[in-house]
Amino acid sequence: MTEHVAVSKLKEKFSDSILNVAEFRGETTVTVKRDDIVSICAFLKQDIGFNFLTDLCGVDYLGKSPRFMVVYHLYSIGNKVRLRLKVPVPENDPRVDTVSGVWGTASWHERECWDLMGISFNKHPDLRRILMPADWEGHPLRKDYPLQGPDRAPYQGRVS
Amino acid sequence: MATKETMTINMGPQHPSTHGVLQLVLELDGEVVVKAVPHIGFLHRGVEKIAEYRTYHQALPLTDRLDYLAPMHNNLGYVLAVEKLLGITDMIPERATTIRVIMAELTRLKSHLVWLATHALDIGAMTVFIYCFRERERVMDMYEKVSGARMTSNYLKVGGLMADLPDGMEKEIRDFVNEMPGHVDTYEGLLTGNRIWQKRIQGVGVISAEAAIDMGVSGPSLRGSGVDWDLRRDDPYCGYETYEFKVPTGTGEGDTWSRYKARLDEMRESCKIIHQALDRLKPGPILADCPKICLPPKKDVVNSIEGLIHHFKIVSEGYKPEPGEVYVGVENPKGELGFYIVSDGSAKPYRMKIRPPSFVNLQALPQMVEGRLLADVVAIIGTLDIVLGEIDR
Repeated sequence: MTEHVAVSKLKEKFSDSILNVAEFRGETTVTVKRDDIVSICAFLKQDIGFNFLTDLCGVDYLGKSPRFMVVYHLYSIGNKVRLRLKVPVPENDPRVDTVSGVWGTASWHERECWDLMGISFNKHPDLRRILMPADWEGHPLRKDYPLQGPDRAPYQGRVS
Repeated sequence: MATKETMTINMGPQHPSTHGVLQLVLELDGEVVVKAVPHIGFLHRGVEKIAEYRTYHQALPLTDRLDYLAPMHNNLGYVLAVEKLLGITDMIPERATTIRVIMAELTRLKSHLVWLATHALDIGAMTVFIYCFRERERVMDMYEKVSGARMTSNYLKVGGLMADLPDGMEKEIRDFVNEMPGHVDTYEGLLTGNRIWQKRIQGVGVISAEAAIDMGVSGPSLRGSGVDWDLRRDDPYCGYETYEFKVPTGTGEGDTWSRYKARLDEMRESCKIIHQALDRLKPGPILADCPKICLPPKKDVVNSIEGLIHHFKIVSEGYKPEPGEVYVGVENPKGELGFYIVSDGSAKPYRMKIRPPSFVNLQALPQMVEGRLLADVVAIIGTLDIVLGEIDR
């Protein structure tokens, strides 16, 4: 399979920031360093045409180091290609720079990621909880958060 | 000198024109909206969290309940993602794929009918509501005949379909799509020439193509701004590239009128796609030949030991895709519905992220309503065609 067009350009410009490039089922995933995410996103948007941020979310790899990954799904409406970016985020400092200055749509996605996964975004204009109530404690999508909620006994299956 | 003071009012979550449980806090200067802040999450059920504790097979019914006006499209996005993860995309039989296309387009019609009905009702045209629900009821009946349920259909399965179409179904669908363009003309006759309708939606809720793309708006809401982009054509799945259809962009001006035109044209195009799909529908299997993934037919379960074992293994243990991650986006009636599934090699999704189109489209609401009259807020919520089940998940 030929290399993704964006990957070669990224390698040229940000050779030090790329940690890994993976292919799975025809999808390309580029893992990059956390500090460079905003400049990489701005480059991908302006120079390669990834004008559409489809999705942004966090994944909790509990027990691994670094614990979290923030995943960006990019799409180019002009060239009709997808690209996935991943940023490792350590457990003791779960924060990433916001990309809401690059794509406006990132704002709510980042709020959701903060709300459910507990990853905070530096310089975000309005980082509040979005799906859970404002006074909720904990971040439900973390793997160490119980399915039934914090103060209920685990579900044991149907009794009858 | 008069002092200038704004008033903050609350709209929803029980307001009838917020289409569910959306709450808007509006800051008004007289009748003009200065600031709008949406509050969501009232319907949050934690679908993504629950899915992590279910096998791939068990997580499927959860997707029906996202966009409950287009349940089969949610099923479609999910099964396509799991099939891609398993690497069996090419093994899906042709008949199953064609029926998926038919049901997906019927679902689009059904969803757009509710959009038009409620959008017109919000603005005061009640007759249209009754007409649209008459046709929607027929699609619901078809849903019931193929899947047994009117809304939570759960008809699509990983590897194919739950069951084949019942006898006489093809004719019923054919009759329906023969009539449907005429019905769309009726709705247009009720609305398009209506001066009140025109005044209420022309030039209202304008969003430029650049702003819409920046906000991640997708589907007919984006096409109304003149962006000619449809995943069915540009990132095809289920063989959509082999069907002939146009991608309507309304008038391209990005106002509510343009989105109204785009959606009506989309309904006509859906009828064309269904006709083509019915033409190529041939008898054949509806499940892929993957005994470790697809539940065997009941007669095999009770008559053969292999069938029994496979059935038992799939139900009790599930199937285990290799570790990896996939993202599949489908053109839902509202926009791009995406499923991002991470597998760690176990029988349950390690992480399932849903990209709900309504959630992202709603984010553009404040910039569409600010500076407009309070009455336009209702029109703009209607034109965005949001479903709170999918926003809150």
